[in-house]
Amino acid sequence: MTRGESTAVERVFREEYGRLVASLVRRFGDIDLAEEAASEALVVAVERWPRDGVPPNPGAWLTTTAARRAIDRIRREQRRDSKHQAALVTFDDSPHEPTGAVEDDRLRLLFTCCHPALAPDARIALTLKLLGGLTVAEIAHAFLVSETTMARRITRAKTKIAAARVPYRVPETADLPERLGGVLTVLILVFNEGYLATGEGHPVRAELTGEAIRLTRILHHLLPDEPEVTGLLGLLLLIEARREARVRHEQLVPLDQQDRAGWDRALIREGHGLVRECLAIDRPGRFQILAAINAVHTDAPAAEDTDWGQIVALYDRLTRLDPSPIVASTERSRSPNSTARRSPSRSWIGSPCRSTTRGTPPAPTCCAGSAAAPRRGPRTTPRSPPPTTAPSAPT
Amino acid sequence: MALYLLSVHGPAKRGELGGYASTEEMEKAFAATDAFNETLKTDGYWVFAGGLKEASTATVVDGQGESPVLTDGPYLETKEVIGGFWIVDAPDLDVALDLAARGSTACGGKVEVRPFEGAA
Repeated sequence: MTRGESTAVERVFREEYGRLVASLVRRFGDIDLAEEAASEALVVAVERWPRDGVPPNPGAWLTTTAARRAIDRIRREQRRDSKHQAALVTFDDSPHEPTGAVEDDRLRLLFTCCHPALAPDARIALTLKLLGGLTVAEIAHAFLVSETTMARRITRAKTKIAAARVPYRVPETADLPERLGGVLTVLILVFNEGYLATGEGHPVRAELTGEAIRLTRILHHLLPDEPEVTGLLGLLLLIEARREARVRHEQLVPLDQQDRAGWDRALIREGHGLVRECLAIDRPGRFQILAAINAVHTDAPAAEDTDWGQIVALYDRLTRLDPSPIVASTERSRSPNSTARRSPSRSWIGSPCRSTTRGTPPAPTCCAGSAAAPRRGPRTTPRSPPPTTAPSAPT
Repeated sequence: MALYLLSVHGPAKRGELGGYASTEEMEKAFAATDAFNETLKTDGYWVFAGGLKEASTATVVDGQGESPVLTDGPYLETKEVIGGFWIVDAPDLDVALDLAARGSTACGGKVEVRPFEGAA
């Protein structure tokens, strides 16, 4: 197999992995079995696709192959004895019927991985493993812990899901805002870890920021009417758009010194569109306001054109919504610092805030993150959320 | 359905008011707990529940040797001990967590939720 073909298989598999595992978990009610079957299907794909060509619907092919493997495994090992039944996740054996607006198994899996009964570190790891298809080694590397530690963390969480019967379903409407807040927190923490990578090496880990965006896109596709999801996606895209300009010679460049020609205009356009969607829905929340702040920054052709009036107004809303010290001190550091704008700017401010999610997700370091501050050195213990990086100049 | 132990953690030394701040508070908690127990029965989650006497009344028995060794007092001397518990039969953890939250509000103590081994 050529390098190109192997990359093609890898890409398809990465794209399909979350969906594959999610549908197998629903069908068989066993996360380990789902993962094993998904891996076996990949092995078959790697053998056959280069020879026979990639099938027209790779996702369906992988699902059918993996399901056959899972059934074989169950028969072979006679795992469906009473003891095994007892350890099954609470699963839904009904045909795959849409439940309300939401019908994707990945959404159920995401809510299971981000269940509040699991340790915060484990939620992030499980999400990356089961929905992102990252290996234990990759996740351990990203969070600077040993592979053994990460494997133990993931196994413990999976055992708890099975033993305590963490349900595999999308929460009831009444619980959705709070539970959704937990999921969004996991996604932004994954992004943060990539955006403000700790340890040696390049300050940005694109594989983590990319994965966070990919998962948030899926969530936005599945829950298009939840403005905080839209807001988070907008926020991540507007930050990601500045990625190339944000690092020079492996050093972070503050926002006002960045070469704005290096910003990704397509991502900025998409991000701005999402912020406008939020403004139209008019149910403001934390991530939407953070996205709007980034919209104001990315709307300015040059740093001195920044509409500080809007930035201050938005931070004011954020402080009212979430009086955390990081937000308050970031707001102080962002006060209008000099020049007035030369030209009128678009408004990114909606109506006064009402919180749409309960609970306070951690302050994203990507917005209040350090640029001038010295890079943190390698750490030996995982940073548990919420991150508490001291705010300074934005990047 | 699966069995869960909902155990209530409270102070090891309770005093006359059972760890509550006042007689009124204690009576209010007892009434709320009784009401909660009734809803557990009505909704079909009830298996068993009970309050325990103070931890100082406990005896630890070690029957691993030739003859049992008895020790006065709880197994571990700690500030917080199990003061009472419910055993509920719930379809999944979310239901058990919801029951635990309501039980915690009723009795005025923190509740630990733990699934039973092999009791699905």
